[in-house]
Amino acid sequence: MTHFAPILAALRRHRLATALIALEIALACAVLCNACFLIVGQLRMLHVESGVDESSLALISLGCDGCKGTDLNARVTTALRAVPGVQSVAVVNAVPFADHAGYAGVTLDHEHYIAVPHFYSGGPGAVEALGLQRVAGHAFQPEDFQVAENWLPKNTSVWVTRAFAERLWPGQDPLGKEFWSDTYHFRVIGVMAHLAPPDPGGGHGDSAGEWSVFAPVTPGDSLHGVYVLRASPAELPRVLREARDAAQKAAPEAVLNLPQSRTVPELRADYFRQTRIMVGMLAGVIVALLLVTALGIVGLASFWVQQRRKQIGIRRAIGATRSDILRYFQAENFLIVTAGIVVGVVLTFGLNLVLMKFYEVPRLPVYYLPVGALALWGLGQLAVLAPAMRAASVPPVVATRSV
Amino acid sequence: MFGYYLDLAFHSLRRNQVLTALMVLAIAVGIGASMTTLTVVHLLSGDPLPGRSQAIFYPQVDADPKGKDANEPLDMLDYRTAVDLWSARRADRQALVVQSQVRLNTAEAGKPPVMTTMLSATTDFFSMFNVPFRYGGPWSEQDDAARARVVVITDDLNQKLFNGENSVGRTLRLRDSDVRIVGVLKPWRPSPQFYAVRGGRFAGGDTSDFYTRPEDVITPFFTGLEVNDGNFLQFTCWQMPERPGHLQNAPCVWVALWAQLNDAAKVAAYRRYVADYAAQQQAAGRFTHAGNTRLRDLMGWLDYNGVLPSNVRLQAWLAVAFLGICLVNMVGLLLAKFLRRSGEIGLRRALGASRAAVFTQYMVESGLIGLIGGAFGWLLTLAGLWFIRQQPVAYADLARLDVPMFMLTFLAAIGASLLAGMLPAVRACRVVPAWQLKTL
Repeated sequence: MTHFAPILAALRRHRLATALIALEIALACAVLCNACFLIVGQLRMLHVESGVDESSLALISLGCDGCKGTDLNARVTTALRAVPGVQSVAVVNAVPFADHAGYAGVTLDHEHYIAVPHFYSGGPGAVEALGLQRVAGHAFQPEDFQVAENWLPKNTSVWVTRAFAERLWPGQDPLGKEFWSDTYHFRVIGVMAHLAPPDPGGGHGDSAGEWSVFAPVTPGDSLHGVYVLRASPAELPRVLREARDAAQKAAPEAVLNLPQSRTVPELRADYFRQTRIMVGMLAGVIVALLLVTALGIVGLASFWVQQRRKQIGIRRAIGATRSDILRYFQAENFLIVTAGIVVGVVLTFGLNLVLMKFYEVPRLPVYYLPVGALALWGLGQLAVLAPAMRAASVPPVVATRSV
Repeated sequence: MFGYYLDLAFHSLRRNQVLTALMVLAIAVGIGASMTTLTVVHLLSGDPLPGRSQAIFYPQVDADPKGKDANEPLDMLDYRTAVDLWSARRADRQALVVQSQVRLNTAEAGKPPVMTTMLSATTDFFSMFNVPFRYGGPWSEQDDAARARVVVITDDLNQKLFNGENSVGRTLRLRDSDVRIVGVLKPWRPSPQFYAVRGGRFAGGDTSDFYTRPEDVITPFFTGLEVNDGNFLQFTCWQMPERPGHLQNAPCVWVALWAQLNDAAKVAAYRRYVADYAAQQQAAGRFTHAGNTRLRDLMGWLDYNGVLPSNVRLQAWLAVAFLGICLVNMVGLLLAKFLRRSGEIGLRRALGASRAAVFTQYMVESGLIGLIGGAFGWLLTLAGLWFIRQQPVAYADLARLDVPMFMLTFLAAIGASLLAGMLPAVRACRVVPAWQLKTL
């Protein structure tokens, strides 16, 4: 790589074309880095941990207007337990990726509302059926389950997620701590590693989306109609089919909410459909972008090779080897791409700033740049290879011809 | 002369088919991507009530005792405020609007009961929002006052239940009440579903649900409250309601009021009236503050709610950036293509062609590439919109190419390629004839 000076001199005579390729590389760098960054953000969303045993769970949701909750629960849970393959059934108000049941603001001092978590509630057996993992504190005792007044019991012992505890009491042990929502009082007796709200990333809570509370409630008028059932993953689809029929038969006056009465993996796939489309689209943009950039390089490099046939011939005639010619074009491409990347760094951060301003995208980590630069250098070398080989195969005898 | 240039352009495009294909591809893909996304933006950000929207207003007062004059008021009204403002009849037309989930029994049509969303509104809703009727018509003001058991249904539901026949006079069962059909709508698909837009600033950009179809059943406002009592959802409450779902006296906001005000004087008067109402309520001790009343017009309200989903906007920006890169790429390829023919240009110039003639010739060639690229881009746009129609989003059925966007596809393709061709064409017409002829 000792021949940069003559290359630069040659490029100076093709300022426009050089600038065009560099500009294309710069734009590609900006879009590439930011699109990759967006993809990573969306993928992180796709892999959010729900905190429940998704693959073994299914939901039955009944709309029953004017039903007696206790009576409905009794009939439906009995019918569901009778379905072969069902391991357990519990009354809950929601599960991750289904319709959300209740966000409410909470306060530590009765005055300042500091966070809006999702309140899950469930009857006896719900914790076990869902497979909630407790990392601290103790299990719910039978006396923890009380009858709700409108919403929840007035004084409830709850489990909270680690993320939510960290929001309320940073760096402290949350066990035994209290919080309020309106006139409802909560005491933390357990901490869960994970429990995503039903609509993770849906505008409530932080971007990790793990502000959840689980409250034990005696099923009844304020907790009925939504049932989680557990079965082995292999049997789940059949169990769900039979459970739908059983629930409908046990409560003919209720309306089965079909879009919600699905397995949790199905609900999850549905919930993230938009996200997956977005990832697909971003990936498509990246591929198309790289392709277009590569084709542009091939086009211009071919033109240069053709334009310089005579000079190449002369160089070959006075002793340059084929690999010298090949190197020349590769080094030239490397220089142009490097220039493009330098401009691209500015554009990349500019674009990132715009995205941060309008789309709540976090700041682009710096390591995206070297990776993006490597990709573009590689792309440039790959694209220039064919024209450079054609250049290297120009015979020295061309020098002696007049055309 | 133009014909001759076109001839030359065709000739030149045929001579180097790979390069031509590359350029057409670049334009087509760039145009296809950007026109698909721009069409969606165009469809989602249009005026849902063209010609009327500037006369439609959405009053807001702040009933929240914890609110402050410096804050934005809540997005909806409490029951008492809404009914007070409505019954004062200070606007040319006014409609109370609320939605709720209701069980729809259609025993007559032999279908199992379903849960559906019911819209309850006062009768001005139909005239104010230009809602088109196929059979029958809206209910009367007396029906509003008498809480008559009547209903208007959409064309969709009429097709489903009655095969599109005139079903006026037949009955539906909403929860436990029989309601008589008095009107059937023509297909009506406002974009967005503007009368139900609120809370957009809390949606985190995920606003695609603002584009759902109108509700299948529409009842008089007070009829709806009676029929479906206990099933109403609050927008927000500052205290728990005593009886969930029954919000008439609850410390909650959950009702929307729309007003039509036909001239500027009326708008000013109404604005004053709303402010006075809040001040009077504060004096009476019902409100804690009265300084942050609002009266936004329809487009202002949609704007404030940021109705255009943010991923749609992001996709549009990405696609336009992509088109930009395709164009830079095309500039490079055109430069290569034109300058490769330097000898030919030199010859033409030596034989008397002016610079303008050479320039025009190459611009015609660029334009031709744009036209062909636009045709392929149009096909790609159709494919892209088809793809969007397959997606499970609320606005999927809206994604169709209308005439202005069709025209724009070709204009953009030709415009873009002319722009891209400008620089190479300038370069080409600056070729020095003597220099080129010497090398021939």
